[in-house]
Amino acid sequence: MSIELIISLVKANIVLAVLLTNTILLIWFERKVVAGMQSRVGPDRAGPFGILQTLADAIKLLLKEQILPSKADRAMYLLAPLIALVPSFLIFMIIPLGPDITVEWQNALYTIPLVGADLNVGVLYFLALSSIAVYSVVLAGWSSGSKYPLLGGVRASAQMISYEAAMGLALVPVILYSGSLSLVDIVNSQSGNLSSSIPILNTIVSFIPKWNIFPQFVAFGIFFIAAVAEVNRAPFDLVEAEQELVGGFHTEYSGFRFAMFFLAEYINMFNMCAITATFFLGGWLGPTFEGILPPIFSVIMPIIWLGVKTFLLLFVFVWIRATLPRLRYDQLMELGWKRMIPLSLVWLILSAIVLGLREFGLPWS
Amino acid sequence: MEIFEIVTYFVLLLLVSTAVRVVTTSNVIHAAISLVFTLALTSVLFLLLSTEFVALVLVLVYIGAVIVLFLFGIMITRAPLGKNAELDNDKNKKLGAAIAGSIFFLFSYILVNGFDGEVIITSGSSTELLGEILLSRFVFPFELVSFVLLAALIGGITLARKDEALIDEDQV
Repeated sequence: MSIELIISLVKANIVLAVLLTNTILLIWFERKVVAGMQSRVGPDRAGPFGILQTLADAIKLLLKEQILPSKADRAMYLLAPLIALVPSFLIFMIIPLGPDITVEWQNALYTIPLVGADLNVGVLYFLALSSIAVYSVVLAGWSSGSKYPLLGGVRASAQMISYEAAMGLALVPVILYSGSLSLVDIVNSQSGNLSSSIPILNTIVSFIPKWNIFPQFVAFGIFFIAAVAEVNRAPFDLVEAEQELVGGFHTEYSGFRFAMFFLAEYINMFNMCAITATFFLGGWLGPTFEGILPPIFSVIMPIIWLGVKTFLLLFVFVWIRATLPRLRYDQLMELGWKRMIPLSLVWLILSAIVLGLREFGLPWS
Repeated sequence: MEIFEIVTYFVLLLLVSTAVRVVTTSNVIHAAISLVFTLALTSVLFLLLSTEFVALVLVLVYIGAVIVLFLFGIMITRAPLGKNAELDNDKNKKLGAAIAGSIFFLFSYILVNGFDGEVIITSGSSTELLGEILLSRFVFPFELVSFVLLAALIGGITLARKDEALIDEDQV
């Protein structure tokens, strides 16, 4: 076996382990934060601060009976949870966790990039895989052979397509700014600090890191709202609205298959936050405190920075869930098609004009 | 290169079988999902030809949008679980086979005659080359296609909105 293959296999296993343990942490984090915002205690029995509650829930779901509704379309019913889970793992593969590290092993140096795969069309890969997620909801809804899941599935197909368009359009100005479709290059293009040709302004802005969120704040807003809608989180959770649709598309699922949907939702949420941090908040960039801390920290600090940024965004996700009421269906469509898509198109044209002026100067000069 | 060829032929075989299933199954949703698999395998073929841009755009546009809209349309009109007897139409099978066969031979004739053994991409990544060619040499057809799509969009809205009551929104 070649060394590259071994490195890839190790990476794949690390991604699997990290995402699974991270989800356990994430569900606990959400329950605790929401509980705090609603003046409750939240889970506090299993383990210290209830941190093992999710593990207990997972074991419960694994041991439960898996019910196959008699009217269900068997093949599609079994396929839907798989379609939900697999793309969520694949998306994480393209998120860069840090700069390349060099490892010496048996008198040979190996350079290991801290990213699952550095694709030169990474942005498209992300958009393509996140568009597959809608199939899991639609198929689960249809194949259950029940009314409420079907309604959830129909809602999902319209909602996710609408917001995908806004999400893709919000990413185009970022691609223009970074000049690359590769996520590694997009992170690298955000290193350094902002600069300005005006001297007084330059002294002020030179302390601010050159993250895409500062020139692209509108794109960031649109992308973040679309990301919340894309993973069907509150206030865009019409797909699984408990009060109207029992549980939406996963009403008829139980046991391990329900756990797969649950897992996919949280992994998708984590991925969306990590991707947002990568596109707009400089990804793993941040001070590594070289010289102050021991050398091993130059490897660990980028991962910690990405984790901190991701969990800050996740906190906002949970905060939104605890604060905002669910949108009505027509409001959802109006926000998507009449507000966000036109706004992102205008912002794209503005960014293109600014970039063109910066590169080629005024048209008459 | 042995393994590469085996993989390619395996993908082609799967592609043909899923494509046949699209037209032989008598369940609308199963047909749509088979079409998804057909498109996904086509995208794999494009990846094997190292045109990653086309492969991912295929997934993004066709799997991610077009077929989801198919499914949406099927579900809000009729989505019976199980077989749909209306879909077994034996009358036009021969005609359909003849048309599909002739299109297949026409396309393969054009492709083999036009590009037989010719290496088109020689250096650089195909994504960069595609972007450059699309916005320099083929910029006029490219813009023309987008104009045609816009016309189709407006036409579709006009046809769908022919209902008199909906046009006069002030009275509603």
